[in-house]
Amino acid sequence: MSEPVIHTDKLTKRFGDFVAVDALSLTISSGEIFGFLGANGAGKTTAIRMLTGLLAPTSGKATVAGFDLYTGAEGVKRNIGYMSQRFSLYDDLTVRENIRFFAGIYGLTDQAIKEKSRQLLETLKLVAVADTRLASLPLGWKQKLAFSVAILHEPKIVFLDEPTGGVDPVTRRRFWDMIYEASGRGLTIFVTTHYMDEAEYCNRLCIMVDGKVAVLDRPEAMKRHFGVESMNEVFIQLARPHRTE
Amino acid sequence: MKEAVLIAGVGKRFGEVQVLQEVTLSVGEGELFGFIGADGAGKTTLFRILATLLLPDEGRSEVLGLDVVRSYRDIRKRIGYMPGKFSLYPDLSVEENLRFFASVFGTTVEKNYELIRDIYSQLEPFKTRRAGKLSGGMKQKLALSCALVHRPEVLFLDEPTTGVDAVSRKEFWQMLGRLREQGMTILVSTPYMDEAVLCDRIAFMQEGRMLALDTPTGITTLFRKPLFAIRARETWRLLCALRASSHAASVYAFGSALHYTDNRPAVRADELLVALQADGFTEVSVSVIQPGIEDTFIALMEEKQGSDHV
Amino acid sequence: MHSFKGFLLKEFYHIFRDRRTAAILFGMPLIQLLLFGFAIRNEIQEVNLGIYDQSHDAVTRQITDKLASSGYFVMTKELHSTKEIEHAFAEGGIAEAIVFEPGFASRMIREGRANVQVLTDGSNPNISKIITGYTGSVLQDYRNTAFKTAEVGVEAVPLMMFNPELKSVNLFVPGLMALILMLVSALMTSISITREKESGTMEVLLVSSLRPVEIIVGKVVPYFLLSFVNVVTVVALASFVFGVPCRGSVTLLMLESLLFIVTALSLGIFISTITSSQQVAMMISLAGLLLPTILLSGFIFPVASMPLPLRMISNLIPAKWYLIIVRGIMLKGTSFGFIWKETLVLAVMGAVLMVASIKKFKTRL
Repeated sequence: MSEPVIHTDKLTKRFGDFVAVDALSLTISSGEIFGFLGANGAGKTTAIRMLTGLLAPTSGKATVAGFDLYTGAEGVKRNIGYMSQRFSLYDDLTVRENIRFFAGIYGLTDQAIKEKSRQLLETLKLVAVADTRLASLPLGWKQKLAFSVAILHEPKIVFLDEPTGGVDPVTRRRFWDMIYEASGRGLTIFVTTHYMDEAEYCNRLCIMVDGKVAVLDRPEAMKRHFGVESMNEVFIQLARPHRTE
Repeated sequence: MKEAVLIAGVGKRFGEVQVLQEVTLSVGEGELFGFIGADGAGKTTLFRILATLLLPDEGRSEVLGLDVVRSYRDIRKRIGYMPGKFSLYPDLSVEENLRFFASVFGTTVEKNYELIRDIYSQLEPFKTRRAGKLSGGMKQKLALSCALVHRPEVLFLDEPTTGVDAVSRKEFWQMLGRLREQGMTILVSTPYMDEAVLCDRIAFMQEGRMLALDTPTGITTLFRKPLFAIRARETWRLLCALRASSHAASVYAFGSALHYTDNRPAVRADELLVALQADGFTEVSVSVIQPGIEDTFIALMEEKQGSDHV
Repeated sequence: MHSFKGFLLKEFYHIFRDRRTAAILFGMPLIQLLLFGFAIRNEIQEVNLGIYDQSHDAVTRQITDKLASSGYFVMTKELHSTKEIEHAFAEGGIAEAIVFEPGFASRMIREGRANVQVLTDGSNPNISKIITGYTGSVLQDYRNTAFKTAEVGVEAVPLMMFNPELKSVNLFVPGLMALILMLVSALMTSISITREKESGTMEVLLVSSLRPVEIIVGKVVPYFLLSFVNVVTVVALASFVFGVPCRGSVTLLMLESLLFIVTALSLGIFISTITSSQQVAMMISLAGLLLPTILLSGFIFPVASMPLPLRMISNLIPAKWYLIIVRGIMLKGTSFGFIWKETLVLAVMGAVLMVASIKKFKTRL
C-alpha cells in the first residue's frame, strides 16, 4: 500500500436540486481492491462517471491516477481502464481484431500492438481461437478478454461496473482470480457488484446510501460492527431504513 | 397436485445453436418454481415457449392443460408474463402504465386491486411519475403489478431481479411469497443462487440443459463429497496454495471463506488445519459445512463439463 | 372495445409526450410549405442587367425602360464595348447583357426590324433559359404595342394553362402533400411498432388478449387522424397564404387524400412487420420511401423525362399516382371521372399491403 491512486475530498455532484453524490471522500491505495456498493439510485454510477472523467463534479476536490479531475480529465482517461457488464467488445470481430482495435485506441504503436497481442493471446490461452469471431466464444472467455483489453494500456486503476452480472458461478470466480492477480501486480481495482459474496472478496468496501457514504471499512470489520454473518445482511440493514425515493 | 405447467422433452435451436435440449419437468398448481442459471442457460427461451411466444422445435408443452402451440390464444388470456427487461412504457406514468395493461386484458385496475394492493401501494405516492424515471426496484414492482393486473392463473417472471439491488430483491421475493400463499402458480428464473432457497422447487439450467431438479434442500444432497470451509489471513495466497495442492478436488471462494473438497476419501478437518499451519498460514480455521445450493450448482457444472470433455 | 380504447389512448400519449416527434409531425408540414413557398422558387426576380447601347435613341431608351420596369430586371451597368461585356460577366456583376446595334430606331422604322443581341451566362443554363424567355417576351410586347404595322408572320404565343404565372408553389404543394403524408404515415407507424419490439413491450402485448388486427388498427388510427389534420393544414396554408387554387372539389381532394394515407399507413405497417429495429425501419422508410417519393414520383423531376426503367419503377410508387390525382383536382379542376384509374391503383396497393401486413404480423416472436 503506497501512494493513493484515488483521492477525493467532499466530491459532490448536483443535478438541479438533486444531490446525486454528496461529499464523497475516499482514499484508495495502489493495488487495492475497492468495492463500491449501493442500492439502485444511490449515486454509484454518477460517482464512477466523475472518477472516470466523464462527468464534471459540482464541487469538492479529487485526483485520480495523479491527475486533477477538473484540470486533467484527459490525463485521467489515459491512466484508467473501464469495463462494464456489457463488456464493450465487438461480437462481429475476431479475438485478434478486437485486441488490435482497442490497442489502437489507446495509441500503442504497431510494434507494441503486435507484441501485446501475442502476449495476451498466450497468457489467456486464446491462440487457437485468435481468428474466431467473438460471438461464438463462451461467455467466460469473452469476459477474460474484456478485462485484459481494459488494462492493455497498463492503467493505474481499472473501474469494473458490475462485471459479473448474469454470469455463472464458476465463471464469476474465475473472473475474480483475474482481479486478484492484477491487484497483486499493483493494479488498483474499483469494482461494483450486486453479488454480496463478491463484496467480501474486496479489501475495503464503501456502501453508498442516498448519495452519501454510509460506511467505509474492511468487510470483516463491517460484519463485526453490525454483528451479522454476511455482507448481504449488512447491506440490507444499511439500505433499508433510508429508502424513501 | 394438479399440474399447471408441463414440459416434455422440449428443445429449441436458433440456427446452429441448440439453446434448449430435452427439458422435461412439471410444475404443480400453486407452486413457486425457480429456474436457476446464468445468461445463456436457456431460461428466457423456455419462458418464451411457455408464454406461447416461441414454438418449440422438439417436444411438447402444456400450460393449464392447454397445448402451447395449438391453444396459444386461450393460454395468453390466463397467464401473466414479465419479460427480462421490464417492459414498460417509459413515457407513460406509473398509473397510465398500469391502466393500459389492465385495459389490454379487458379489465380495470379497480376490479383486481385486491391482488396488487400489496405491491402497488408502495408505488402509489409516485403514480404520476413517468416509468422511465423510476429506479430499478420500482420499475420491477410496476412491471409485476402490470403482469398481475388481470389476475392470471400462472405467472411467468423472467429474471425479475437482474440488475436490481439486494434490498429490492428481498422485498420482491417477499411479495412472491405472499402471492404464492394466495394460491398463484409462479415460475421465476434467476441467476442469483441465494434466491433459490426461497422457491418450493428449483431446476438448475446450464447451456440449454437441465442439470438437476429438486427442492432447495433436496438438491444439495447431490453434493456427495465432504465440504470444508477454510479461512486464513491471506485468502488469495490460501486459494493459490490449495489449488496447487495435489489433494484438492475443488477450491472456490465463497465470501470470506474458501469452500474446499479433497480427493482423499476420509480426510478430516484437523488434518487440513495442521497441514496449512505447517505451510505458514496464520489465523487458519477449517470446518466441515453443509453444501449450499451454489456449491451444488458448481459441482454439477463441473461434473457435466468433465463428462463433456471425455 | 375497452381494450382497444385503452390502446388508442396510449398511442396518443406516446405521440404528444415525445416532443421531438410531435414537433416533426406538426412542424414539418409548416416548415416545408414555407420553405417551398418562399425560399425555393423556379421563377426569377431582379436579374442584374447590363446594356450596351450603340444607338442611344428614343426606341432603345423606351425598350430599356420597359425592361427595367418589368420587375424582372435591375439595370446594373451601362456598358461601352464588347470587351466590357465579357468582363462584367466574368466579374459576376451581371447575369444578362443586351446589345443594341447602331442606328437601331431608324432601322426599325425603315425596315420594320432591327437587331438586338441578348447575352446570358450559360454556366447556369436553367436560369439563362428563363431570363432569355423573359427578355424575349418584353421585346415582343414592345414591338406589338409600338409598331402595330408589323409584318405578317406566324408567331407562337405561349400560354401556360392552369398555372399561367408559372408559380412554383402550385407545383410544390401537391408534392409536399404526398411527401408529408408518406412520411407521417409510413415512417411514424413503422417506427412506433418497431420501438415496441425493441423495448420488449411488444412481447407483453402479444401475450395479452389483444388480437393482431387490434394492434395494427390501434397503430393506424392515431396516425390516420394526424395525417388528415396535416392535409387540411397544408391545403389551407397553400390556399390562404400562397393563393394556390383548388379548382376541383375539395371533398374529392380530401377523400383521395384519405385513400393515400391508408396506403401509406399500410406500407408503414408492412415495413414494421419485416423489421425488428427502429433503425432498420427508419432506413427502409427513408431510403425506400422518402427518396423515391421525392425523386421518382414526379414531385421534382417529371416522370415523362425519366429513362424507361425508372418510369416503370415510378409506377410502383404510390405518391406518383397521388400526385397525378392532386394536381388534377387542385390545378385543373378535374372530376373523378378522369382520375378513377389512379384512384383504383392506390386502392389496390393499399389493400394488398394491408392484407399482407395482417398476414405477416407475427403472433409470436
